[in-house]
Parts: sequence; structure tokens; C-alpha cells
Amino acid sequence: MAGPYRIQGETGEWEVVLGLEVHAQVTSHAKLFSGSSTTFGAEPNTQVSLVDAAMPGMLPVINRECVEQAVRTGLALRAKINLRSVFDRKNYFYADLPQGYQISQYKDPIVGEGEIVLDLPGGETKTVGIERLHLEQDAGKSLHDQHPTKSYIDLNRSGVALMEIVSKPDLRSPEEAAFYVKKLRSILRYIGTCDGNMQEGSMRADINVSVRKPGDPLGTRCEIKNMNSVRFIQQAIEYEARRQIEIIEGGGSIDQETRLFDSSRGETRSMRSKEDAHDYRYFPDPDLLPLELDPSRVAALQAGLPELPDAKKARFMAGFSLSSYDAAILVEERATADWYEVLARGRDAKLAANWMITELFGALNKPGINLADSPVSADALGGLIDLIADGTISGRQAKDVFAEMFETGKDAAAIVEEKGLKQVSDSGAIEALIDEVLADNPDKLAEYKAGKDKLFGFFVGQTMKKSQGKANPGMVNEMLKAKLSG
Amino acid sequence: MASLLDFSLVDARAALAAREISSVELTRAYIDQMAATAGRNAYITATPDKALAMAEASDTRLAKGEGGAMEGLPIAIKDLFCTEGVLTTAGSHILGGFIPPYESTVSSNLWASGAVMLGKTNLDEFAMGSANVTSYYGPVENPWRSTDAPDKKRVPGGSSGGSAAAVAGRAALAATGTDTGGSIRQPASFCGIVGMKPTYGRCSRWGIVAFASSLDQAGPMTRTVSDAALMLGAMAGHDPKDSTSAAEPMADLSAALGQDVKGMRIGVPAEYRMDGMPREIDALWSQGIQWLRDAGAEIVDISLPHTKYALPTYYIIAPAEASSNLARYDGVRYGLRVDGDSLAEMYANTRGEGFGPEVQRRIMIGTYVLSAGYYDAYYLKAQKVRALIRRDFDLAFETVDAILTPTAPSDAFAIGENEDDPIKMYLNDVFTVPASLAGLPGVSVPVGLSARGLPLGLQVLGRMFDEGSVVRAGRALELAAGFDVSAAAREG
Amino acid sequence: MSLDKATVASIATLARLRVPDDRLEPMVDELNNILGWIEQLSEVDTDTVAPLASVTGHSLPLREDVVTDGGYPDRVTANAPESVHGFYAVPKVVE
Repeated sequence: MAGPYRIQGETGEWEVVLGLEVHAQVTSHAKLFSGSSTTFGAEPNTQVSLVDAAMPGMLPVINRECVEQAVRTGLALRAKINLRSVFDRKNYFYADLPQGYQISQYKDPIVGEGEIVLDLPGGETKTVGIERLHLEQDAGKSLHDQHPTKSYIDLNRSGVALMEIVSKPDLRSPEEAAFYVKKLRSILRYIGTCDGNMQEGSMRADINVSVRKPGDPLGTRCEIKNMNSVRFIQQAIEYEARRQIEIIEGGGSIDQETRLFDSSRGETRSMRSKEDAHDYRYFPDPDLLPLELDPSRVAALQAGLPELPDAKKARFMAGFSLSSYDAAILVEERATADWYEVLARGRDAKLAANWMITELFGALNKPGINLADSPVSADALGGLIDLIADGTISGRQAKDVFAEMFETGKDAAAIVEEKGLKQVSDSGAIEALIDEVLADNPDKLAEYKAGKDKLFGFFVGQTMKKSQGKANPGMVNEMLKAKLSG
Repeated sequence: MASLLDFSLVDARAALAAREISSVELTRAYIDQMAATAGRNAYITATPDKALAMAEASDTRLAKGEGGAMEGLPIAIKDLFCTEGVLTTAGSHILGGFIPPYESTVSSNLWASGAVMLGKTNLDEFAMGSANVTSYYGPVENPWRSTDAPDKKRVPGGSSGGSAAAVAGRAALAATGTDTGGSIRQPASFCGIVGMKPTYGRCSRWGIVAFASSLDQAGPMTRTVSDAALMLGAMAGHDPKDSTSAAEPMADLSAALGQDVKGMRIGVPAEYRMDGMPREIDALWSQGIQWLRDAGAEIVDISLPHTKYALPTYYIIAPAEASSNLARYDGVRYGLRVDGDSLAEMYANTRGEGFGPEVQRRIMIGTYVLSAGYYDAYYLKAQKVRALIRRDFDLAFETVDAILTPTAPSDAFAIGENEDDPIKMYLNDVFTVPASLAGLPGVSVPVGLSARGLPLGLQVLGRMFDEGSVVRAGRALELAAGFDVSAAAREG
Repeated sequence: MSLDKATVASIATLARLRVPDDRLEPMVDELNNILGWIEQLSEVDTDTVAPLASVTGHSLPLREDVVTDGGYPDRVTANAPESVHGFYAVPKVVE
């Protein structure tokens, strides 16, 4: 592992301190406080109830599933579940906030402190603290580019349930921030509480960035709003940290403010619409009562959780002798881990992991195919590995067979049969080939016998060539050794 | 046909069931009276065509021997209840032209029970007021005039002033009201009718334009206690669309009406005997105590020590909630828009023009008491004092079954009076606000006239969800007082 | 605590109320009058009192996760001062 992430400024090295607030859309059919649908991409204002449009006299009624999804998430983050929580109003005016307030949780969130373990490169892990998780409503959507002097408002998203998951300021590099988002996404997808689709906005992050000289107290932070790509998160942090360092080193000070990342310029800029003093005037929503959870229901939700990535990773490392790195890759997505377990069942688990990570993922990544759409199924790849294991084909041959499988979707045995690729493991046939090679190269044989050991490789190569690559390389090796020493 | 207008709700119901009168006849009589008394400005919107169509449908059902609890009875709806397809204003310019595409739960319940809608009554803007003088649609005139200054138009109280004036002036057989700090009970007292605020949670708030969500509660405004019981039964009920709606079953109110108060323990709180209270109010209260004692109740002196803090507590909590509830009136989705160069300007212009001075005052107070650095000193403090006020009542109700107090500290004042100082106006609710903060049911029953001939009411408060005791004691007062509720109609 | 004119103006901004200059001064007096009257609450000892959360003492009811509403964009925008192609339209917002 390299040393801690540092940025070199004119006055020395700087440390970056990061905290993330991730807004994850809760997977549910209906909205948090109304019965309208949460489906993405509908025509404007079609998935809007009178409650979502904040018509006079409309009232919120909470969705049980959204509450339970938040509890599941809290449990998966090994967090404290608060059996009593309160919904507050966060008051501010914005065109896509129809009530003039967002129903959120302020002093008494549904989930308290927890943690996430990050899998860093090199097999290291880092535990990041979770400050809290609370439920809140999403706002609608403003479109600013449809008309020269107007903004258009679509309330389809208005009222969709979000979980705001707030980390402690434990992250220290853009890369750690990226791993944090990936790991959180992985957990949410495992338990089915958020689809993690960042492009559709199902997961968005606000990043609190500050810089300091190592060992100094925390600096003033800026918040970069609404990041929806892991790559941009890294870029934005790098830019913002350098910006802050330049200001401080130039004798200035950082204004605590909200900033936006402009991905086309790779820069952050101050958000004009948020210039107003933040005075959200939180108070308990009088349309709602305190939310009370039944401990037995929480226990049932705990019991219903699937095996989580960390547990699965530990099991893969212990049971399949996988490296931390390989195990982390295989458990990131539940579907990948399931796929792997089908593949590894009854086979050399390490060989299976190598094939899946190197060959299969390599082949899938190039055209950008999802594992779920892989032309080679787990059973089919398993068939190929079986042919290697029983010596039917060599590892080298297997790569060609795999390429063909990926191309055509045929199974391994059929391709081996069709192409006559079957490995020759008949000792008589191999001996005949060796004899031919030795007979064809009397000079080389003499040199070898005279002590030029390096020529052994030449004889192996010639024998393999003569077999058109089909001879079992292990047998060729052994038999040649016996012959040449005789 | 003055006799048609003299029917109480209960009597009209009986006459309809017996086919002595038709709903169309009764409804027409009211439509005529609405027109004749239009100058009082009790209604913002009259819906005579709708009323007659509903009355005809009721007559058809009645002819078949069918019909609900309110079948064929013409009533008015406070213009704070959203009514599908009918202009709903909350007495505010900012809701100009708003036609709700939905019907409030309470009005739906009433229509489902067969009631006939005469129109939408005037009110203080967003129900913020105690004299119905803050309405964008102008003040409402109380049908009562004083004997000493008969030319002076008097306020009907507020905020449900239009409903109270309509019921007292025979322009509606009954009406809905809403009560946040006294907005049903105080105008009932000013107009000589019965006004009942049930327990918080009894009537669904769904579809009622919100003022202060933790306090708002709908209730009936009628000419008799029996009428109030009948109408409350039709309005109330658990509503899954309102998270604060209660599922507690309602006591059998008609049975409660038939019970006398023998053995009931009636509390009389010392703290309601306030400095500067008119002697005639005090005297009437004493008279009320005597009536109940004579009827067999046991009178118990009680203490509600935090009473004097109820009004200031209320004037933190109600404006705070209102400032947030009224944020949705922004010129984007409905109602008034006053354009501006930017979104923020459009908001400020719309809200600056759309809300009247009292509403703006309360939004300002509410915004301030919730703002950073002041929340604990004001809002949180108020919610703590509110807990103490509730505790006072809880302790009192360990020894009494109901509490008797005056409804209001004065009779109806003239339009234009008490408008120089907001606090003077706020003091109108001094006796009604404590029970609102505690969520308790209460009824104002007209029991007498002031020296200058204006009606005065007494208030009965009960335990949470104990409307039965409220109705029982209220009926006893009504019987003892023998107040002539038709006096206003004769005056007018 | 007494409000000055600047504070009242900033509250008005926070509440999105345009208060004409000639209304500002009287509003300062009105609000201070009301706040001064409210101040009497400070007499009450509430150190050990929990704020009232709900008068009924009920806890929050939960509804099932079923789509039961929406699908009526016309009703949603019917009362809008300005709507275009199914959207609400407002003066352009610069982020």
C-alpha cells in the first residue's frame, strides 16, 4: 500500500478530509407519503398525486415499505436502529419543492451510527463511520434549458423516498471516496433497498471537502452537490481540494458554501441559487406523528437480510482460498457472487475465480456486456474448466475454446470435438512424436547430450508443434525427460 | 314560510322522514333567505343550483324510504373545506380562482349522509382571526344588533364567522366550522348558536386548507346541542388519509343527549376568572354553575395553573405551523401569481399581494420563532408549556367529568373595534385556546344575553374522545337556559 | 429580544413576502409588540418538561406500498397560472 494521499502545495503537503452524504432512492412501488408511482421516465406530472403537488389540505401518509427499507439498510450498515424517530419539515422555497418544505428527519433519524468496511487495492480494508441515515422526500425536477426565459417543473420525482446516508469525515482521498460509494452501492443492491443506478439519479452524493496540514484541526468545508458518477466524484474532489489549497496558500480563507461540479470543465463553482442564508427552520411535521418501530419487526427484518458482501467475502476467502482482492471483486455484486458460486461448485475454486475474473470479465468488459447477459453461462464456463481439469485440453487450448464459446455461445465439449482440439494424452502416440523429433534433429540431440541443457525447451516446443498443440504438455515434459536421460 | 326556517336540524330531519316537507321546499326556503340576507356577506360562494339538484336527489331517496343521517338537510360549508368543482378560497386573495379537483373528507362524509350544500361561507383569511374581518372577501355581519347601538354592525366572531352568521340568521340550517384556537366556539357564542369542536383527530383534516395542523379541527355549528350531535356523527370518522385521524370509537351521542347530569362532576377552573372580565360574563358563568348544580351535577373547584400561558403558547405554535403550511402558496401550481423577473421575485410579489396583513404578520412571527437561534427559546419552549397545559387538564380530569367556563370574554363587538392592536383581538380566544392546545373536545352553548342584548355562550370541555360528556352537560345547560335561538332571525 | 428593521426585512425575505418600505416600520412595532407579549413564557419552568409531540398519543400509522394514486396530469396542472406541455412554468431559475 502506498503512503497516505497528500497534495503537494507551495507550503508543504496537504491532507484532504472528506465526508459524503449519499441520497439513495428507496426501492418501492409508491412514494414515501403518497400512493403515486416511483417509476422512472414517465411523461411530465403523470406520476403525481394531489399530495405530491401540495394541493391545499393534502396530507402525508407514510409508506411502510419505505420505512422497512431504511431499517434493512441500517441493519446492513451495522447501525443503531432508533425505535422512535421523528419527521421534520425542512423549510425552503424552490420551484420544484411544491410544499415549500421537504419532509425529512432532523434531530431524531430512523438510523443512528454504523459503519462500512472499504475494500482497498492490495487487499487492505478501511472502516468508515456512518453518522446517520434518515428518510426524506425527493423534490421534483426543474428543466432550465427548454425555454429562454422560463424553467419547467415536473413533479414526477416529488415525494419519492430517499435515504440520506451521512458518513463521518473519515475519508482521506478521492479514491477512498470512490471505494466508499462503490461499497455502499454494493450493500444497497445486495439488500434490494436501492437500485444504485447513478445515471438515473437513484444514487447521488453531496461531498463535503476540506483540506488541512496533516495533524491540524479540520478546515472549513465546501459542499459539492448532486454528484452522480464515481469518476466525477474523484475529479471534483481533486479540483476542489487544489482550489482550497491555492486560496489558503494565497493568504485567503475558505467560505463555507455549496458548490456545483461542471463536468465539461472539470471545475466546481459556487451555486448561485443557494446563496440565501441556510435557515431551514426545521420543526416536527405536525401532519405526522412520531414513528415507532416494533423491536420484533426489526428482528424479523434482520433475520431476513441476505448474506452481505463482507460476510460473503470472508466466506470466499476461507472456503475457496481466494485472495482478498479476488474475493472483493467477486462479491461486489450479489449476482456475480451467485454466478461464481455456481461456477465453483465441485471445481477448483481458485481456477474458477481466475477464469471468471481474467477471461470472462475481460471478454465482457470490452464490449460492455453485463454478466447477466453473458453469452457464456456459469455452467458452460464450468464445462470448460472441467475439460482442463480432466486433461482433455490444455490451459492454452482452453483460451481459444473460450474465445469461440464467447463468440458462438456453443459449449466447450462441442467446440473441442468439432475442432479436434482434444489433447493427446496417449503415451504411445506421444512417444512416437518424441521419437520423430529426436530423429529429425540429431545435431541438437548431440549438443544436448554434450551438456547444453537449454535445448530441452526446444524439444518440448517441437513435440508440441508436431502434435499441432494437442499433446498434453505435462506428459510431453515427463516423457522427454525420461527419453533424454536414458 | 318562516316555519320552515325555524326547524332545527333534528326536527327538519323528522319532518322530511315523515314527508311533511320536502328537501326541495326546505332548500328553496334557505336559498331565498340567503338572497334576502346577502348583505351580511356570510357566503363567499352560493351554490343554489347544486343545492336544488342535491335536494331533488334527496327527495327521491326519501320517497323510497332511504337516506342517510343528514338526508335532505341544507347546510353551509366553511370556505376552508375543499369542494370538488366549487371555488375554494380560504378567504384569501392568494387562492383566487382555485377550483379543487377533490372533495374534503368531512364534506364528502356529509354528502354521503345526504346533506345538501347551500354554499361556501366566509371566514377570516386562512382562518386567522376572531372577528371575520380579515377575509379578502370582506367582513361578515352578525345578525344580532345591540339594544344600545342598533345601527352598529357587529362582528360574528371568527374565524368561522360566515358559518355562525348564516346559521344564526337562518341562511343555513347548520354549517361546518373549523376550530384552531376557538374559531368554532367563539363565533358560536357571538352569534347565539351551538358550536362544537370535537377531540383533535375526530374529524379528518384531509381536504381542509391547513392553518395550524396540530390544532385544526372541524366541527358542527348548529342551533341546538342535539343538532350538533347529529351533524358531528355525520362529519367524524377515522380517515386513513390523515395520519393524525383517530380510530377511537365515538360514544353514542344520542344516548348522551337523553341522559341528565345527575352525578356528573363538573369542574370550575379558578384561573378562568380573569382580571377585567366583564361582570355579566362572570354572572352568567355563575348562573351556569347553578343550573348544572340544580340539575344534579356536583360542582368541583379545580385549578388549571398554566391557563394564562395558553395564549402566548398558541401565538408561537399556530404561527410557526402556519408559516410552513402557507409556504405552498407560491404562484406556481394554483391561485394567484404576480409576476416578477426572477423566481424569488415572483414568490415575494405573489405572497406580498396574495396574503392580507394579519396572515403576513403571523407568517412573519412563525418564520421568526422557527429561525436559527430562536427555535429553542420560542417553539420548543411553547411545546413544553403546551405539555404543561395538557397536564393541567389531565390532572383535573382525574376528579371531574367535564369543565364549565365562559366561551369568550365579551359579547360581539362592532366591526372596526379591536382592530388597532392585534393582541386585543387575540384575547378573544383566551378561554378557548387552552383546550385547543390540549386537543380536548368542547362545545359553546348559547345561554343568555348581555346587558345590551347580545348573545353569550358558556363552554363545556371534556376528556380526550369524551364527546359524550360534553354533549350531556351542554344539553343540560341548553335546557336550563332556554335560550331563544330564533331571536336573531326576528331582529334581521 | 427586540427586532430591528433589518431583521424584519430579512425575515420577510426568508418568508418570501414583499413588504413595501412604508409597511416595514409599522411591522417592526407590531412584531415587537407581539413578541414582547409572548416573552411571558420565560416565567414558566420547563427544565424537566418534554415537549408535547402529539395530543392523541398515537404513533404514526403506516400504509401499504401500493400504487393507488396519480395518473391525472390534467388535474394536477388544471389550476396552474402557467403550464406548458404538461409542465408548470416559472420564471427561469439560474443555479
